[in-house]
Amino acid sequence: MNPTICAISSGQHQAAIALIRISGEEALRMCDTFFVAANKAVTLSTMQPNSIKFGRIFQQNELIDEVLVSVFKAPHSFTGEDMVEIACHGSSFIQQQILQLLIQQGCQLAQPGEFTRRAFLNGKMDLSQAEAVADLIAAQSASSHRVAMNQMRGGFSKELAVLRDKLLEFTALIELELDFSEEDVEFADRSSLMALATIIQTKLASLARSFEVGNVIKNGIPAAIVGETNAGKSTLLNLLLNEEKAIVSDIHGTTRDVIEDIVSIQGITYRFIDTAGIRETQDAIEKMGIKRTYQQIEQASIILWVIDSTQVNEHIDWMAERIVSRSEGKKLILVFNKLDKINEEECRVLELLFENITAERLFISAAKHQHIDALLHHLHQAAAIPSIGDQDVIITNMRHFQALTQALSAIERVQTGLSTGLSGDFVSQDIRECLHYLGEITGQISNDEVLGAIFSRFCIGK
Amino acid sequence: MKFTYDIIVIGAGHAGCEAACAAANLGSQTLLITMDMNKIAQMSCNPAIGGIAKGQIVREIDALGGFTGIVTDKTSIQFRMLNRSKGPAMWSPRSQCDRAKFIETWRSVIENTANLYVWQDSAVSLVIENGAIAGVKTAMGVTFSCKAVVLTNGTFLNGLLHIGKVQLNGGRVSEPASYGITEQLVAMGFSQGRMKTGTPVRIDARSVDFSQTTIQPGETDYHKFSYLDTPAHSLKQLPCYTLYTNEKVHQVLEKGLKDSPLYNGQIQSIGPRYCPSIETKIVTFSDKTEHQLFLEPEGESTTEYYLNGFSSSLPIDIQLNALKEIPAFRNVHIFRPGYAIEYDFFDPTQLRHTLETKLVKNLFFAGQINGTTGYEEAAGQGLIAGINAHMNCVGGEKFILHRDEAYIGVLIDDLVTKGVDEPYRMFTSRAEYRILLRQDDADNRLTEKSYTIGLATKERFELFKQKQTWCNEITEFIKNYSVKSSEIDSLLLSVGSTQLKQTTKLMDILLRPGISLQALIEALPSLQEQAEKITNRKQEIIEQIEISAKYEGYIARERLIADKLQRLENIKIRDKFNYDDISSLSTEAKQKLKRINPETIAQASRIPGVSPSDINILLVLLGR
Repeated sequence: MNPTICAISSGQHQAAIALIRISGEEALRMCDTFFVAANKAVTLSTMQPNSIKFGRIFQQNELIDEVLVSVFKAPHSFTGEDMVEIACHGSSFIQQQILQLLIQQGCQLAQPGEFTRRAFLNGKMDLSQAEAVADLIAAQSASSHRVAMNQMRGGFSKELAVLRDKLLEFTALIELELDFSEEDVEFADRSSLMALATIIQTKLASLARSFEVGNVIKNGIPAAIVGETNAGKSTLLNLLLNEEKAIVSDIHGTTRDVIEDIVSIQGITYRFIDTAGIRETQDAIEKMGIKRTYQQIEQASIILWVIDSTQVNEHIDWMAERIVSRSEGKKLILVFNKLDKINEEECRVLELLFENITAERLFISAAKHQHIDALLHHLHQAAAIPSIGDQDVIITNMRHFQALTQALSAIERVQTGLSTGLSGDFVSQDIRECLHYLGEITGQISNDEVLGAIFSRFCIGK
Repeated sequence: MKFTYDIIVIGAGHAGCEAACAAANLGSQTLLITMDMNKIAQMSCNPAIGGIAKGQIVREIDALGGFTGIVTDKTSIQFRMLNRSKGPAMWSPRSQCDRAKFIETWRSVIENTANLYVWQDSAVSLVIENGAIAGVKTAMGVTFSCKAVVLTNGTFLNGLLHIGKVQLNGGRVSEPASYGITEQLVAMGFSQGRMKTGTPVRIDARSVDFSQTTIQPGETDYHKFSYLDTPAHSLKQLPCYTLYTNEKVHQVLEKGLKDSPLYNGQIQSIGPRYCPSIETKIVTFSDKTEHQLFLEPEGESTTEYYLNGFSSSLPIDIQLNALKEIPAFRNVHIFRPGYAIEYDFFDPTQLRHTLETKLVKNLFFAGQINGTTGYEEAAGQGLIAGINAHMNCVGGEKFILHRDEAYIGVLIDDLVTKGVDEPYRMFTSRAEYRILLRQDDADNRLTEKSYTIGLATKERFELFKQKQTWCNEITEFIKNYSVKSSEIDSLLLSVGSTQLKQTTKLMDILLRPGISLQALIEALPSLQEQAEKITNRKQEIIEQIEISAKYEGYIARERLIADKLQRLENIKIRDKFNYDDISSLSTEAKQKLKRINPETIAQASRIPGVSPSDINILLVLLGR
């Protein structure tokens, strides 16, 4: 028999209300030893399942807290076992006292991921759903929430399982052809096999591509803030993050390393990266910082080139050469800062100067918070995340992505093989490889490493 | 004359002979009981060894120190490497053999094996004490005592022959069946079933008009079965002939269907789907107007031919009249008709990977008794059963081949894990790591393993090591040698390959399509110098180097997956779970897991009815 387990499920930080979860055959009995319902005739063991009762928790005769208690009976609960959820006040003292009471009754503290693990073992969810629970908990934005939710409902593995079945038919035909090559048996023609391979390749490729989107949704869109020293990059970063993350000063080259943070703006997660200002310098440390700036430009999707509108000179060409060449295929936005310190005439001169650079552009004042809405609008446009429907399958998991990439390159070898008349045994091996990697994602091929990885991603109590 | 042995092998077919030789060569005092010493290693059906996937098994048997390959080479009257146009994983050696000389040669192998004794008699029961084997009783009233028994009864247990409505008791045509052992085993709780197989008519070549057939000659190059320097292609080489049935033939056959044991209910047991009788072919593929047939010689000096593709249990007159509708057979004389045979087998999931039964200690099953078909499949099992019977006697380690090591490993794992629902024949598609199980490198996979336990001889091991050294040296040379365009351009030009712009590693040139290692050797004196160091079986070794180099990508990718799954092979679960207590397992999974009691998680995952989610549940419970 599984021991009954408990954990604080509401996270570590102080909040008004905390939630303690108990799961296992003894859950109701244990809680009855210290919970007294407002209506004293009722105990948790006898009350209606899936309902909530108000009452008090006592340690011996001392009142610990007034709480709301929810009761779920097996198998109709998250874990599939009897469960109790105690909503108490957020004081860590109260939470600890309640845990103590439970432990005195023989309850054990849950291991990381144990609630989900039990749900899995009791057939409440499959592996990819369990995996999605971790993503769901970690979701920081509306879109990453939606992606995790899709996966938890099982859409992702279903789609891949369909592909895999098609492939299995495919390989059966080729195998037949190989093992009976000495006999006069007729086989499926290559062109229909090719057509099938193409369909599968297209689907796999689009799934693999979705990882880029998925990754952005999960980890944020990388947006690098670059420009000359003292153009106001750090001021802009602090403004976007709404906190004093970067040290701001008038001294050139204050920011020597890359500073980054994640923020969700209008439902999209950005990963803003403040970089060391680019200039010619002899300072070894600053040189290193500038080198990293270039790397950041290469890795970012959006580049905010911050330009000090008061300091425009021939140096601009030197800068443009370094930034624009590295921005190919990315969204480049020219942010003319310090709008408050220039006049309209100077604005026009600036526009002329930058005429030849293909990029979005706007004037702001980071210090005076001018035109920030316009900047956010530009960012939103540049992010250009396709809207995610309820049914869309998007890959966000690195493990899935790697397996998909392997599957994709295998099916591409199948296509090449079929078109160059490669011997069936090689084509078949490539198909089998593709099947293997798809099976790793859908869980049709068991892999103990994967299981370990999935359940170790949980903090206690989820 | 002794009446006590370490090991008794019952049945001297392909499984029994390999089992007996392996046990005796490992040092066990071994007795081989056969009903007829003149029919040792009889080829009951077609006079050929090898073929797709089967040829690979014979190479494995040879690499392990078995004798099927050596006997085949010595008695071959036609050799072909099948599937040469496909990748090297598909290359499959196949030999037509002189059936009489095959028996004679095997008998001589057995008579020259130390520790091996033969007794001509029929075993009627096993002596079992405290759940373990103690001896064997025979029809002549002799009781032999022993520590282990290998049962290799072939089609003899309660064998029943069918030719039209005629039913005859027998293990093969004109040979008596064997009774008693099945009944004893069933009484002890073994689960038994019936299977069916069939064989075609044998034809007198003097009555065949060969001008109406197409000749199919063999090959006499360096390929052979054995890695030892034993003789090959020494008998007179003979061709096979191909011909076709026609609609008139089919019409005659159709008339006989009402008297066909397969279609009138006389035969209930299941035959091999992939080796259908001619009557099954015309029923199942009724739209086909012709079926291909092969005339295969039965020997160097006999006029007997085997008609491959015409297996039948129809009445004799139907078989004969149908044949006469084929132009080449207008005046045909047959030696004997085709027939079907039903026989007992035992559900092989009752066995461990060593082929020892789970129910009776030191009792081993090999061959058709396990529901397989084919000489090669039988011989492979016999070898493993013989080795493990010896290991049990001396308290040695179990000898098990894995799925990424040998077709024999695939075969046995399939049998004990999945069971059989029709006679089991090996196919390359049954192996998930086909490119790792090639016929050219069976010795790489197995010889050292067998030498370690003392089965492969020192001579075999040294030949293998020598070959390995040559392979490694030349491969290293090819990897490191840089070629200048002047050295190679004429070769590249001749095969339409692009000329070199700069010096290039020889390996990169070898990897080009159309470039063979042999051509490179002829073009480059320094490589030729290397190749000349190979003083024995040069062509074969050069071929292997070329295969390993050209297909390295495929080999490495398959190895990667095999190694990954190997982790699951290492997670032992036998007797670790009470499957009934795991409520989340499906009912079917519980039943299957209980019955088969798999050794490892990987084996569990291959049991039909055990789903991936069942496996994940076990893994999670193991704390993985």
